[in-house]
This record gives sequence, structure tokens and C-alpha cells, in this order.
Amino acid sequence: MLEKLLTGSKTYYLWLLFLLVLIAGCGLVYLNQLQEGLGITGMNRDVSWGLYISQFTYFVGVAASAVMLVLPAYFHHYKKFKRMIIFGEFMAVSAVVMCALFIVVDLGQPQRMLNVMLHPTPNSVMFYDMLVLIGYLGLNIIIGWVTLEAERHEIDPPKWIKPLIYISILWAFSIHTVTAFLYAGIPGRHYWLTAIMAARFLSSAFCSGPAILLLLIFLVRRLTGFDPGRDAVKTLTTIILYAMCINVFFYLLEIFTAFYSQIPGHMEPMLYLFSGHHGEWGWVSYWMWAAVVMAIGSLVILIPPQWRTGPLLPLALVLLVAASWIDKGLGLLIGGFTPNMYEAITPYAPTCKEIAVALGVYAVGALVLSLLWKIALGVKKEVGHFSD
Amino acid sequence: MNTSRRNFLKVAGLSAFALTSGMAALGGTAQAQIAPGRYEKGAKALTAKRWAMVIDTRKFNGPEDYKPLIEACHKVHNVPDIPTDQNIKWFWLDKYQHVFPDDMNPHLNERTKKASFPLLCNHCTNPPCVRVCPTQATYKMADGIIAMDYHRCIGCRFCMAGCPYGARSFNFVDPRKYLPAEAPNPAYPTRMIGVVEKCTFCAERLAEGKMPACVEASGGKILFGDLEDPNSTVRQALAANFSIRRKPNLGTQPGVYYLI
Repeated sequence: MLEKLLTGSKTYYLWLLFLLVLIAGCGLVYLNQLQEGLGITGMNRDVSWGLYISQFTYFVGVAASAVMLVLPAYFHHYKKFKRMIIFGEFMAVSAVVMCALFIVVDLGQPQRMLNVMLHPTPNSVMFYDMLVLIGYLGLNIIIGWVTLEAERHEIDPPKWIKPLIYISILWAFSIHTVTAFLYAGIPGRHYWLTAIMAARFLSSAFCSGPAILLLLIFLVRRLTGFDPGRDAVKTLTTIILYAMCINVFFYLLEIFTAFYSQIPGHMEPMLYLFSGHHGEWGWVSYWMWAAVVMAIGSLVILIPPQWRTGPLLPLALVLLVAASWIDKGLGLLIGGFTPNMYEAITPYAPTCKEIAVALGVYAVGALVLSLLWKIALGVKKEVGHFSD
Repeated sequence: MNTSRRNFLKVAGLSAFALTSGMAALGGTAQAQIAPGRYEKGAKALTAKRWAMVIDTRKFNGPEDYKPLIEACHKVHNVPDIPTDQNIKWFWLDKYQHVFPDDMNPHLNERTKKASFPLLCNHCTNPPCVRVCPTQATYKMADGIIAMDYHRCIGCRFCMAGCPYGARSFNFVDPRKYLPAEAPNPAYPTRMIGVVEKCTFCAERLAEGKMPACVEASGGKILFGDLEDPNSTVRQALAANFSIRRKPNLGTQPGVYYLI
């Protein structure tokens, strides 16, 4: 099926070229980081994780979200997702690749990363995170490739793939749960020390991941004419809406516990995120309020059925993705480290170089996604599974 | 230190063997080659079941009194002075409200409110940094000291997120650029970029029969001894005085006690 990569329009090749140039450029910035150290980032002694780890966390969620297509299709035999499912699986592959890269660029001594395997440490959550991510990557590559090949030959996928698919459904929950445990098991970080962290992670993943998928599918529809099917889009939108409602509900639960109990440690990170320090807003406060407005905006469009299915849907999805990205891709890390361990404030903002390295990782993810989707689209076109 | 080196050699030998021969199943042979007892404590080494520190803050009058201690520590361990928030701290000072943030009393007496308090690694009995480290680069020794293997650390900084005391520093930049051309103490390693470091309770000095640098420089204002020994100076000081520890509610069981 790899030959599908070799034939494409001019736009396709230009897009690949653009990504390669972007990766090369950002790669140079990463080389600079390798030489100068993580000193080129905005991280510091008190805010010791930043943009890289937050992006890692966000994309574990995107990877896990493929299960929102796989679960209805295989547990509930919802056939209408069948045409779109491969795109979810391949998006999961590219998301896990990005996760791995975000971890690598965050390491101070990346050439030693195999120490995690050479000295397996079952008491460290990071050890399990590595295991589940590698497992999930393998599962999605195998399942995606085998089912696509079967589709191409217009036969049923081999029977042995079924158990793998069922395992991958449970596995998807595990990757984001374990990622939440990285945070939720740490004493003394008030914003993270909450039993609902894993549930929040999953709910935010299950709305934002499928939203990104739908937006990309809409783009592909415009570019290639591939149609995921009206009902499939409608059902997935409903799933996104429910997950987003649960996500917002869970955040409100956090706010209730913090502000009704009035325990300073629980309130302070949220107060900092939304109102800064001593009445002075930090840059993140503007982003957090923007997230609130966008979250409400997305729900306003998604809740009424006629708007949910109308032309405003892409806007609602963009708002939802942006809101969830700010919550998990910025607020989670900054709130966790601010106030710091002395209940004082050490500000953090990513530097341009840090953003460039992150962009480079995004570009690698986009490249992997483009190539895998190109193959999938080629196969769908060949066997006439392109539209109704 | 000894335990770390032995483990390091064991694992290094084992991995090299497994990688070159591709037969990890025979690893047992490689392990057996390192005879137990090859590394032993020196005859002069100070030993304890559980090392602990008692800082008599009442005897210090302001930050100036702590200065020689900080200098001693940083000189002995080649700790660089980096003038940014990406700095390295082993032994440093802060205000009461930052050192003991859970003890929020707006009407503290002036002396305590204004005083400086020393901070260092607490060498917890139940250390979150050891729990979270994915490579065992930070580990607990038999005498309660939490040690670091700078050569195994991958620089993931999970331990910095895990430590509730802010005791850990990461080498964001090359620390050697901030040290004089000749390291202040050639007997102790300087660190490379990209690894985490912290106070070691001077494990390397204890092995030579010397007290920790800060204890030595304090002239008796900081006590250091075996917490398990009822007759040790630290136990006697704790029995006779009111003492507190940092964030005791987290259950980490810090090994550094403050007399206030």
C-alpha cells in the first residue's frame, strides 16, 4: 500500500515539502537546545516542566480519543463509523509519535533515554507511561494496517485482529489514565492532587480528539471529496458534545471543592490562573478567560440540534479544541507549578525557541498523519469507499 | 555511594554483556562476577541507621550567620552561582512563610517573621523523588540518605515535580561555565548539563569520617547524627526542645528538624 504515497497532486507534494522545510528549520533550533541545554526554554527551577510536557499530555489525549470511533464500531456494531475509523487509528499513531518526541525534546540527557528500559522501575509512573504508549502505538499500527489491507482486498480482516481491537479499546483508556497518574500522585502540587484528574483527562480527550479528527476530515473532504457520511458526523458530534459537557462539569467540581472548602492550597492555583497575583493578571489569565468564553461558545453552538448539524459546526469544533488546549496544554502545567513549593510565584512563559521546537514536533506529527492518511484515502478511492 | 557504584557496575556489566552477546538470559553469570564485599566502607567512615539533622535556628542571628555554611557547602560540592531563575541551590535561605507555608499565622512575632531559615534536601524517610524517578538515578541508601547518580539521570525532572520542598535543581545550562577554571573542590565531581542535583547530606564526607560541610561550618549550631540512636546528639536535642519539620502533613517524614 506504500505505493499510494508516490502518486499525488501538486498540493500534496508542496504540503510535504513545506512540512520537511519546517521540520528542518525547527530541527536546527533543537540542535541549538542540545548544545545550550534546556536553558533556552522559559522553564526554571520552580516551573520545571513547561510547554513540551503539556503538549505531550494533550496529545496522549488525542491518541486515546480514537477509541470514540473504535468503541461504537466494535462494541456496539455501529457500522456508520466503519468508513472513518482508519483515520482515527492513524491519527492516534501520529499523536503517539508526537508524544514520544515531546518527551525526548524535554529530556536533559536524551541520549540516555533507554535508561528507562535498562533500569526498569515499577514504582515510577513514567515507566508505565512508556509501556502503555509503546503498546498503544504498536496496536494502532497493526490494527490500522491490517484492516486497511483487508479493505483493499475487499475481504474481512483476519480473525486474530478482533482481540487486538478489543484490547486497544481498553488500552486507550489506560494511556490517558496513566498520564493523569503522572500528575495526580504527586504530593504537594495542589492543582494536580485530585482523584478526578484521570476522569478529567479522559473527558477532555474524548471531546477534543474527535473534534480535531472531524475538523481534519472536513478539510480532507474539501481537498479530495472523501465523505465520512452524514450520520457518522452527526453521531460523532453528539459524542463530542456529551464529552465536552462532562469535561466542563468535572472542572466545575474542582472549583466547588476548592472554593467551598476554602482551603488556600486548593484555591491558589485557580486564583492564579484566572486572576493572577496581587490583582495583576499574568499572561495565562487572558488565555484562561479566553478558554472559558470559547468553551461556552462551543456549547452554545453544539447543544441546539439544528445548530449542531448546521454550518456553524466547524466553528464550534475550533472553539472547543482551543478551549481544551488552553486548559490542558497551558493551564494544567502552569497551575500545577504556580504557586511554587514555597507558596510564592515564579512566572513562566515559553520562549520563541521553545515554541519553535514544539512546532517542529507538530510538523513531524502532521507529516506522519499526512502520509498515513494519504495511504488510507488512496485505498478508499481504489475500492470505492470514498462516499455514499 | 558504594551501593550506587556497585549497582552501576552490575547493571553496566549486565547491559554490555546482554547487548554484545544478545543473550540476556546469561545475565546471572555477569552479575556473579562482582563478588559481594568488593566494596566496603572505610575504617574511618561515620555510620548511622538513619542520618538526621537538627538546625537550631535560635542560635543564628540573621542571614550573615548562615553565609559561611552556604559557602562551605557550595565550595565542597562545586555548586555554581547562576544569576537567573535557572539556578542551582543546595543550601539556601528563605523567609518563615515560604519555608513553613502551612503554618499561616499573620501574627507571628517579629523575630520569626523577619528571620531567615535554611533550606536543603530533607532526605525523607518516604521520599516522593525516589518513588517517581524512572531510572533509579535518585535512590535511598541504607542510612537514610537520598543520593543521586548524575550519570544515570536522564533529566526528565519528574523528581523536581515530585519533591514538595523544592530541594532539587536542574542544570538548565552548563554549570561549569559558572565555576572558576579550576573547580573549587577537585575531589568532588562537577556536573554536566541536563541532570538534576541536590544536597547529599555530604555522603562522600561521611564516608571519610567527616561531618557534613554545613554542620562543620556551623560551630555546633547544626547537629547531625543517628535518629535511631536514643543517645545521639540529634535525639537529645529533639527530646529537650520543641522542633518542627517542613510540610509534615504530606507524610514524607523529613530528616531535617528545625528548632524555632
